[in-house]
Amino acid sequence: MSATATRPAPSAGAPQSPRAHWRHRLAERGVDAQLWLLAPAVLFVVLLFLYPFFYGLGLSFQPTEGGPFSDYARFFGDAYQRDTMWITLRLALPAALLNVLASVPIAYRMRGRFRGKRLVTILLVVPITLGTVLTAQGLLNFLGPTGWFNRVLLALHLTDEPVRLVHNYWGVFFSLVITGFPFAFLLVLSYLTGIDPTLERAAATLGAGWWQRFRMITLPLLAPGLATTFCLTFVLAFSVFPSAVLVGNPAGETRVISIAAYQAAYEQYDYPYASAIAMIMGLIELVVISVVLLARTRLYTGSTGGKG
Amino acid sequence: MSTVTGIRRGDAIAAGDPRPRRRLVARPAAWLVWGVVVFFFLNLLGVVGSVLVSSFGQRWFDTWLPDGYTGKWYGEAWHEFALFDVIVVTLQVSLLVVALSLVVGVPAAYVLARRNFPGKRLALLVFLLPILMPPITYGIPLATVLYKFGLAGHLSGVVLANLVPSVPFVILTMTPFIEQIDPRIENAARMCGAGLWSVFLRVLSPLLLPGMLASAILVLVRTVGMFELTFLTAGPDSQTLVVALYYSMSAAGIRAQQSVDAMAVIYTSMMLVLLVISLRYVNPTQLVARVKEEPDS
Repeated sequence: MSATATRPAPSAGAPQSPRAHWRHRLAERGVDAQLWLLAPAVLFVVLLFLYPFFYGLGLSFQPTEGGPFSDYARFFGDAYQRDTMWITLRLALPAALLNVLASVPIAYRMRGRFRGKRLVTILLVVPITLGTVLTAQGLLNFLGPTGWFNRVLLALHLTDEPVRLVHNYWGVFFSLVITGFPFAFLLVLSYLTGIDPTLERAAATLGAGWWQRFRMITLPLLAPGLATTFCLTFVLAFSVFPSAVLVGNPAGETRVISIAAYQAAYEQYDYPYASAIAMIMGLIELVVISVVLLARTRLYTGSTGGKG
Repeated sequence: MSTVTGIRRGDAIAAGDPRPRRRLVARPAAWLVWGVVVFFFLNLLGVVGSVLVSSFGQRWFDTWLPDGYTGKWYGEAWHEFALFDVIVVTLQVSLLVVALSLVVGVPAAYVLARRNFPGKRLALLVFLLPILMPPITYGIPLATVLYKFGLAGHLSGVVLANLVPSVPFVILTMTPFIEQIDPRIENAARMCGAGLWSVFLRVLSPLLLPGMLASAILVLVRTVGMFELTFLTAGPDSQTLVVALYYSMSAAGIRAQQSVDAMAVIYTSMMLVLLVISLRYVNPTQLVARVKEEPDS
């Protein structure tokens, strides 16, 4: 943050009215008329984000029947609903972890300059821009019992009968990997290229092997970035909705928490209950993210020396 | 400074050499890494390719490729799903979102980039939250509020809902662009008597044009691809292309699989056109996220 714009102090010699005095005091602390530029954005965030959020929070404590906490009790008391939390975490945590861990070695290989690097990054952006709905449609065709993937497996005699990969856990998992991996990879790559390469070269002149260099130099500098990447990938995976409905089994194995919230709101029209589920969802996610970010504060923080 | 083959031994020596010589001998680890990448791309190709082939196929059951090829599914999809209206709605929504988020976001980004004031960290946090939260979490309360005021189910509700992640995104992408501009230019303009308004219009805007273009395109791509918020707030006549695609897919069986595929291809090509345009102006990694690290204190 460069806040270097020093403003000339208001004319000091003139006799000051109390208002001008206050304005002066405030300007010294950085509050002046220019801050009005922030007003539309603040108004917007308050009206469209904070107000709905607190409205939903309030609504979740005003169930259609029962005491203020009865909707929460209803969610945790019903095993069918409660399990959605574990189902979501079982999908989102491994998917996010795989995406981040797989991108580290690949990004490590690719951080230098090579022919076709721009092409690779462009190709990786494609699944992100296509989004989950189209990925779901493609996975249904590709991984289905008569799809190309199973055909190849059968032709290579790896299996005797088609493997069931859609309308269950794996279909959703693959869709999370296809959209999440490029996202994680590009983030990790940008963090890696932000690390000053001379640090590693210095280690190499001191005789460190590639594993030592990675372990002692690159990884500690990269770790905070990995934590951030994990959080963002996890957020993406945690809110999985379209693919859980389309390539998953939305009544059973992949009934994730967002499906429960959606059904409460748009099928039962029970907005307080839906808000309660949405709040639980947000809370779980905040817990996971804050655990990761707390762990991150124990890591090295500061300049990585490079352009980033 | 790594080569494709992943040989890292010569790093220290090759440092000054801008284009290290490629060698085709590689360690198993390098082959493994490239194998994973190639496998990923093959599967990606299969995912996109099977939709494309299916949309042109006459009949495709238990064979490698369809029996014959035809373009009739496109015509069918176009009529059945009223795609013209859907595309018009999609464009209206995205352009409105882009314009409004720029108008609201750019001045805020300017203040956040240039100034220090009490509560700045809180403001940054509040602007970051809509990006960090998954759309479904705040989408359901937001949709409830919009329904309460009778805004949801129309174009206005869809636009308002899509603004929620777009404005913070504009703020985040614009902040580095603004930080690049030398504050002395503004100070000089001010000293020559320009007011805040004319500094903005005649000094900053021309300098910020590339940045605004970049973030406009990023917001456009994200809005066209945004499923959850539009899904939660759209009525029958305010569906965007993704949402219409989702509905046609979840009602599978009523219509031929191929016409759904044709619709998916239309959506894909629209996104790819946007992508090609955007790659002219922005760095691919910016399409993913431009999350500015908060200064650690």
